[in-house]
Amino acid sequence: MKQEHTQHRSKRYGMVIDLDKCTGCGACMVACFSENNVPFKKDETDKRLSITWMKVYRIDNGRDFPNNQVCYIPRPCQHCAGQHEGHSPCVSVCPATATDYSRETGIVSQIYTRCFGCRYCMGACPYHARYFNWWDPVWPEGMEKYLSPNVSPRMRGVVEKCSFCFHRYQLARDKAYANRRKDVKEADYQTACTQACPAGAITFGDLNNPGHAVHQIVKPNDHVVKNKAGISIIGKSQNPNVFRMLERLGTNTKVYYLSSREWVRKAGDNYIADEKPEDMFAEQKKH
Amino acid sequence: MSGNVEHKSDDVNHDAKEASSADQTSMTTSGSGSYILLFFLLGLALSMVAGWVVFPKLLYTQKKQPLDFNHKLHLKEVDSDCASCHFFREDGTFSGVPALEQCLDCHYEKLGESVEETLFVEQYVDKGRQVPWLVYSRQPDCVFFSHSAHIYGANLECRTCHGDIGHSESLKPYEENRITGYSKNIWGSNIAGLKQATWDRMKMDDCAQCHETAGIHDSSVQTGRDACFVCHK
Repeated sequence: MKQEHTQHRSKRYGMVIDLDKCTGCGACMVACFSENNVPFKKDETDKRLSITWMKVYRIDNGRDFPNNQVCYIPRPCQHCAGQHEGHSPCVSVCPATATDYSRETGIVSQIYTRCFGCRYCMGACPYHARYFNWWDPVWPEGMEKYLSPNVSPRMRGVVEKCSFCFHRYQLARDKAYANRRKDVKEADYQTACTQACPAGAITFGDLNNPGHAVHQIVKPNDHVVKNKAGISIIGKSQNPNVFRMLERLGTNTKVYYLSSREWVRKAGDNYIADEKPEDMFAEQKKH
Repeated sequence: MSGNVEHKSDDVNHDAKEASSADQTSMTTSGSGSYILLFFLLGLALSMVAGWVVFPKLLYTQKKQPLDFNHKLHLKEVDSDCASCHFFREDGTFSGVPALEQCLDCHYEKLGESVEETLFVEQYVDKGRQVPWLVYSRQPDCVFFSHSAHIYGANLECRTCHGDIGHSESLKPYEENRITGYSKNIWGSNIAGLKQATWDRMKMDDCAQCHETAGIHDSSVQTGRDACFVCHK
């Protein structure tokens, strides 16, 4: 029984990004583009039409020099679990079963051949992590040869987004099977952005596995806590410097951010000027 | 009303005549009825023939393989069954159809005098060209098929999906779907829905059916079955 339990123990792949280390160089974005055959246009000046599975945002603390501070926030798909596992904003609205949540990996998938382009998911996503293909991809001549055979290219009229490099998980699983292992090793499954980051700001792994670095940094709470609005917060980090984007919405994302600067942590969750992080969990503290 | 009165006053003979003519009319009606039925059945039979015989021919075009490969002969010559040529790499990925370099291990010079061997050596080995095999089991771009999971994980035999291709003496014509460009089937031929063997039909539903029967796959939140991202990419 116990053995069976460990074999079928579900994983929750997630990421923690150290914003104190991020220099905003954009290597993660480039790596993501080339790894996932992300199409681009001849003219990318209109950023609203760009497709960026991983996007680096720049925020500042709004103060004047010399007190001005800048922070860069890389934003992949946050792979929300929602109020109960799998109730991600995008998954729950998809009428085509084109986007799905896997209980085995916690990864939100997007099946391009099933998507019919209604873009409900884009409207539902609080992180702008989803992109619509307004055109068929056209690669500069000769570049087709450099496309990854492990990722299917998308066609006009479908939505795409970060998959946590799921094809790498598939390959890692192949390797595990061939070596008669059940579990995928931490080093065998890493996303392209994680490996490309020159500052080592991104850590990726299984949040459920205490042996993985991501678990050790995030220290996710095993218990569900409720915030003031009665929304369940699952996997809340017990590291005071770790936060999630718009955590108060209860999307329960699997992408965590790490920063020692309070204004950054506050900016990540849309705090009102005089609001304190403790306020959000006031009800929880009473009990 | 007046007509009725006249009718009543008619003699018996007239009645009898009328009856017999009515008889005749009903006879011709049943005769044309059977013609209609016959016409209907004929039409049905014709549309069945059109649907089952002609239409599939319109859907698929037949292509010949570049060489007629003899699996049976090769299986006798090699040491470790299918894996002698179709092997796993160390990282768990599957090699699939062998490249020319692998054939050269034995065929660096002509072996035997058969027509196919001559063709192979003259057209491909001497010219250093890869054989453009038409792969029956080629999957669309969006599909990730893990040989590793099925062979090592589920202990399936090659035959379960590929059929008896390993014991065949010649290759079947490649039936290409005119719309999608993919093969009609892997090795079996029965797409009518009457599946006798597992390899008779290998569509997505057939993959899903087997995954459901295996019973351990229920990771999808949307369907309660296997998540799409297990086989798709």
